[in-house]
Amino acid sequence: MTEMVATRDAYGKILIKLGKIHPCMVVLDADTSSSTRTQWFGNEFPERFFNFGISEANMVGYAAGLSTCGKIPIVSTFACFGSGRVYEQVKLSVCWPKLNVKIIVTHAGVSVGEDGASHQAIDDISLMRVLPNMTVIVPADGTETEKAVQYAVETRGPFYIRLGRSKLPIIFDDTYEFVPGKAATLREGKDATIIACGLMVNESIKAAQILSEQGLEVRILNASSIKPIDKQAIILAAKETGAIVTAEEHSIIGGLGGAVSEVLSTNFPAPVEMVGMRDTFGQSGTPEELLRVFEIDSVSIVEAVIRVMGRKA
Amino acid sequence: MEDIANLKERAKEVRRLIIQMITEANSGHPGGSLSMTDIITTLYFSIMNHSSTNPAWEERDRFVLSKGHACPAFYAVLALCGYFPTSELMNLRKLGSILQGHPDSKVTPGVDFSTGSLGQGISAACGMALSGKIDKKDYRVYAIIGDGESQEGQVWEAAMSAAHYKLDNLCAFLDHNKLQIDGEVEKIMNIEPVVDKWKAFGWNTLRIDGHSFEQIIEAVEIAHKTKDKPTMIVADTIKGKGVSFMEGKVGFHGVAPTREQERQALSELA
Repeated sequence: MTEMVATRDAYGKILIKLGKIHPCMVVLDADTSSSTRTQWFGNEFPERFFNFGISEANMVGYAAGLSTCGKIPIVSTFACFGSGRVYEQVKLSVCWPKLNVKIIVTHAGVSVGEDGASHQAIDDISLMRVLPNMTVIVPADGTETEKAVQYAVETRGPFYIRLGRSKLPIIFDDTYEFVPGKAATLREGKDATIIACGLMVNESIKAAQILSEQGLEVRILNASSIKPIDKQAIILAAKETGAIVTAEEHSIIGGLGGAVSEVLSTNFPAPVEMVGMRDTFGQSGTPEELLRVFEIDSVSIVEAVIRVMGRKA
Repeated sequence: MEDIANLKERAKEVRRLIIQMITEANSGHPGGSLSMTDIITTLYFSIMNHSSTNPAWEERDRFVLSKGHACPAFYAVLALCGYFPTSELMNLRKLGSILQGHPDSKVTPGVDFSTGSLGQGISAACGMALSGKIDKKDYRVYAIIGDGESQEGQVWEAAMSAAHYKLDNLCAFLDHNKLQIDGEVEKIMNIEPVVDKWKAFGWNTLRIDGHSFEQIIEAVEIAHKTKDKPTMIVADTIKGKGVSFMEGKVGFHGVAPTREQERQALSELA
């Protein structure tokens, strides 16, 4: 049985580990610390943990100011508040001056579930990746979360790391190395390539198994590094497999689908099908129900692969 | 520390430079630059510990111009302090200049924080003060916000949090010149009673004449002695102060003087 870990739990754990190594780290939260797991860091290092209450814009400004004085501020809240709600502050107080602020959010996507549309960030990848100086990472599992968070803390500059709420199977073992701008190949195949991020990586693995039973072998790329994106791997996938499916728990407008299409249309045009939110808000329901109803699960990926293969040159 | 007579001369020089650089740029914000000139001049020449030869000096006092559009006054003061040559001021707002239309910490020596979108700078100033508290450093943080800017919700989030964290190493000024782009602050969106508001938010709040060097210095001294509370100095100022035809004129919020107006202004400021 595969081990199941929520990326936010992995995040809470690695923060404590990193806090011991990096005395400059400070963690900021806006009344979501029990859910984002930053409370664990707060319990361990109360003098370096600040709860701003429900005032995200101000929190981002503090982080920016703290970073100019040599601190490594980690800002955490839910993805919906850590992106759109504070867009101006992230853009002008963090990205423009290229400050050393890490925005690490949880509860991204419709898989938040029952809370409904107001709490389901489906636009944050688009918003964050358009900002100059910003690095955007969507880890696929607990291991990658730990590696990506450590990388962000130990690398100067603004980062946006997008985590989820629900538990996910562990895909990577401890030997996995996170490299920004590199998409790990999780499975080889010649018929098509699925490029996925976050929890959709696991859905892609399930889809590939279903497709394999039907005699189709697909390559899977883990595009956790949305920005910078692995252009070489994407172009190579288009050249070698001739068809691409993107899969994200996010709007297909401007998200991973958009990012991959930008690379292909300007370098090596190839048919693309996008699995993701189709210009719609979410709603309440269980994560499984929502992924099904919005057609962003393994079944939808299988269908998209078959569709895109039909468009091959 | 300079005496009052010297500060007056410095401020006049700053005002002349503001007029010259905005005229040369044919773009910029004279009104709010002139209203805060006496405050920023006093801060840099009489109050703050800073080093133009070592702008990143760790122990320096920090300054954030939250009302970033008034940067001509800021740039003039930085130039007179030696952060860059005064000749550079004539490149304000020009392509490739180190003096951008709004303060950019990446390109201007002495600018501690990038601002321009109102309400954001004050939060960053609070963050700098909080960092000083965490590290038990002696440096102090100063900020200037605008009265129009006080309509931004983020200002009040910052107000609440600075009192919560007892940031007594933070001293902010409200450049209360009563005008914003579209007209009188009171008519556009009233912020009064602004002194009571800051008091209610838990700040040590003072009200002064923002063109009195004695009162500015005295207020900062009170701020230094105040424990466990940040200080807000509500400074009553005149928009366009020092240039007769700009004083109290909303039209000079963000409009450059003509060459003729420049001549007249400079003769008044001689």
